[in-house]
Amino acid sequence: MQSQLPLYPEQASNFAPHVDALMIFITSVCVFFAAGITIAIIYFFFKYHRKQADAVGVPIHGDPRLEAAWIIVPAILALGMFSWGAVVYVDYRHTPSDTLDIYVIGKQWMWKVQQPNGLKEINELHVPVGRNIRLTLASEDVIHDFFVPAFRVKMDVIPGYNHYNTMWFRPTKAGRYHFFCSQYCGTNHALMGGWVTVMEPTDYAAWLSGSGASEANPIAAGEKLFAEKACVTCHLANGTGRAPSLNGMYGAQVLLADGTSVTADDAYVRESILQPNAKIVAGYQPLMPAFQGQLTEEQIIALTAYIKSLQSQPVPAKGSGVAPVKGAETAPPTEKR
Amino acid sequence: MSTTPPFPEYELPESHYLNVGYGAGIRSWLLTTDHKRIALLYLASVTVFFFIGGVFATLIRIHLLTPEGALVSPETYNKLFTMHGVAMIFFFLIPSIPAVLGNFLIPIMIGAKDLAFPRINLLSWYIYIIGGSFVLYSFSTGGLDTGWTFYTPLSSIYSNSAVTPAVIGIFINGFSSILTGLNFIVTIHTMRAPGMTWFRLPLFCWAHYATSLVMILGTPVVAITLLLAGLERMFHLGFFNPSMGGDPILFQHLFWFYSHPAVYIMVLPAMGVVSEIIPTFARKPIFGYSFIAASSIAIAVIGFLVWAHHMFVTGESTYAALAFSFLSYLVAIPSAIKVFNWTATLYKGSISWDPPMIYALGFIGLFTIGGLTGLFLACLGLDIHIHDTYFVVAHFHYIMVGGAVMGYVGGLHFWWPKITGRLYPKTLSQFAAIVLFIGFNLTFFPQFILGYLGMPRRYHSYPPEFQVLNVLSTAGASILALGYLLPMFYLIWSMRYGKIAGPNPWPATGLEWKTDSPPPTENFQVTPVVDWEPYDYRNRPDLGLVAGGPLAPAHGDD
Repeated sequence: MQSQLPLYPEQASNFAPHVDALMIFITSVCVFFAAGITIAIIYFFFKYHRKQADAVGVPIHGDPRLEAAWIIVPAILALGMFSWGAVVYVDYRHTPSDTLDIYVIGKQWMWKVQQPNGLKEINELHVPVGRNIRLTLASEDVIHDFFVPAFRVKMDVIPGYNHYNTMWFRPTKAGRYHFFCSQYCGTNHALMGGWVTVMEPTDYAAWLSGSGASEANPIAAGEKLFAEKACVTCHLANGTGRAPSLNGMYGAQVLLADGTSVTADDAYVRESILQPNAKIVAGYQPLMPAFQGQLTEEQIIALTAYIKSLQSQPVPAKGSGVAPVKGAETAPPTEKR
Repeated sequence: MSTTPPFPEYELPESHYLNVGYGAGIRSWLLTTDHKRIALLYLASVTVFFFIGGVFATLIRIHLLTPEGALVSPETYNKLFTMHGVAMIFFFLIPSIPAVLGNFLIPIMIGAKDLAFPRINLLSWYIYIIGGSFVLYSFSTGGLDTGWTFYTPLSSIYSNSAVTPAVIGIFINGFSSILTGLNFIVTIHTMRAPGMTWFRLPLFCWAHYATSLVMILGTPVVAITLLLAGLERMFHLGFFNPSMGGDPILFQHLFWFYSHPAVYIMVLPAMGVVSEIIPTFARKPIFGYSFIAASSIAIAVIGFLVWAHHMFVTGESTYAALAFSFLSYLVAIPSAIKVFNWTATLYKGSISWDPPMIYALGFIGLFTIGGLTGLFLACLGLDIHIHDTYFVVAHFHYIMVGGAVMGYVGGLHFWWPKITGRLYPKTLSQFAAIVLFIGFNLTFFPQFILGYLGMPRRYHSYPPEFQVLNVLSTAGASILALGYLLPMFYLIWSMRYGKIAGPNPWPATGLEWKTDSPPPTENFQVTPVVDWEPYDYRNRPDLGLVAGGPLAPAHGDD
């Protein structure tokens, strides 16, 4: 257990032991050098204290060997710190594939969390212990930052059509831990925090199903929006509309008008809704209006969930703009000339 | 036994820069082109901003005594830390050493009559005053709550405070910095006295040369960036506003491209001050002159290539993060070189315990901690945790307050006899230096721990488990405040009642000590010719020393 005055927060994620080990390594090196310098200064200060008013020191102009030593030794140690730090960071920035996906939306000055089944939480985040968790971060207004000290991780939450930051971690210890907004975001920045509850997987499953999740099914909400915003008038399911069918689009490679292709992930879907002209699907005209500023982040997440759910449905005749790559498609899309 | 040579009773020179044109009164100050008088104009104005920023800091520390916040509303707290940062960084730290000590000393140190462009020098003070007025107008008409970093879209869209005048003020003030840098570079290149070769330049001048490079190359970028944020705010343009297709992260790149090197604008001149004080009070040549000189230039150059280490958790590409982390470690090396060389200079010195030396050694201690904790933040894996926490707050205060301000106050003590012609009480000022050192550590060391425990920056309230360390920090700040107030009182006192210093009280080897204290308006009666190496006490019979000193081995260590 922690004492009354702890020096480090609880270790509750896969990253925490690595970050703490880095901390101990760098602290040791730095304490060694700081102590060396301090002791040398204090020793010289007394040892060579001026004894006679007109005394002068011994003129020593320098020593190239010493200079070389105190350039090379710190450089090697610094390289060690850099490399070790890089290993931890690269691990953090490469999300594993088997994650439990949770959406986190920051707005002045609260956090909205959406569990995979659509269950919504405010300033609370429930996660199961031992599972890789990926948070997809979106902001409704200014830049925020999601920071869990016990997990030793944080990531900025950035507004804008080309940013969907994600972060991941694997909780290792059940309990309740603070999370904070750590990017200054205006008046109540300090109040924009909450609690992460790490639960045993069975407790988490029970909590998830027992909390009336059905009323907030994001797919249903997305389907409703898809009709309300008239998406459905062009994005016909059978591929005969003015816009590509979205069936089976999510996760596939989309062929673009400029000849390149792009993986249809969350960021692509988001960009295509907010700034449709940024990437035009091959064979289609840039007709779609931009929805920038007209949808909340929650609505975008709902639409994305709905589009994702269309994955299992058959790809229609005219095609969905999906490039014929990988072996995933049930019926290869027709080539357009 | 006295540690300073017994010197004769001096008289103030009959005519010097302070009493020339005395009859013209305030006019003779406001229209002066004398670099020494302009330095004093700066001294007065940066002190005003230091005082304003200091009051804000005091209120911040009192507020943080209790977890829920003891003093002010969240809005007010946010304004306090923002205005503290803006006042201290743009209007105190950046101009402090260059515009006060640099302005006063660089021409005298190189044996020139003035800076290359005396009228531009005066202009840069007026620009500073105009910029400062805009900022004070912002402070007094609603205040500023964006953080000194002005991150968009908070500053350009969402903030309801007086952002526009503040941004205009900082934009205007930038020109003051640019013109000062320009003046220094041209002066050092073209106006050195006969015999003052580049490698005879005092290291103070090398440090200011490097600083000037950063001022000239960096300042325009931050000026334009803040102007763009201001334009976005005033005219709803979409440079950084994501809902208009702008990129909020672009702002951070542009902002830090200047604002990281700006840290070196603050600390390089302080390193220059320390490089003068250490050899003077150890009475021996500085160890590794050329390494210290070159490391100043290296810091200025590499310092431009590390800005995105402020952005490791913005989602920037992993490759960019790796590059910027690596370069950040690289920039640590020249700083380390300086610290090692200063320490080595003490070896076999004749070390006096005069006040400037106490300040300089205090600088080394605090700057070392500040610099070493930079290694924690440059470490990618560790920065994920400590970024934007109190660890960062502690780190940069160690550099900018422990380092730059300690250097500035130490420099004031070193050159005060030259500036005013008078000495200040020695024991009291030694005491003040120690109070400053202890108070500083008590204030900011607990913040490293707070940060690692996870307390984010810029919080007007905090969970109760962080209270003990916050109270400790506030207690330290009250000691720190005493450390700043004491010199303010006795230095002002000394201007009238201090003992007359004479031209070279320490004695030191630089050219500035070969003229009267205070110097005449034209600095030297006759243009000096330099025929000695820097910090050379052995071949300077004019200093009246040597007699009792230990003999050097003949060219022993060269």
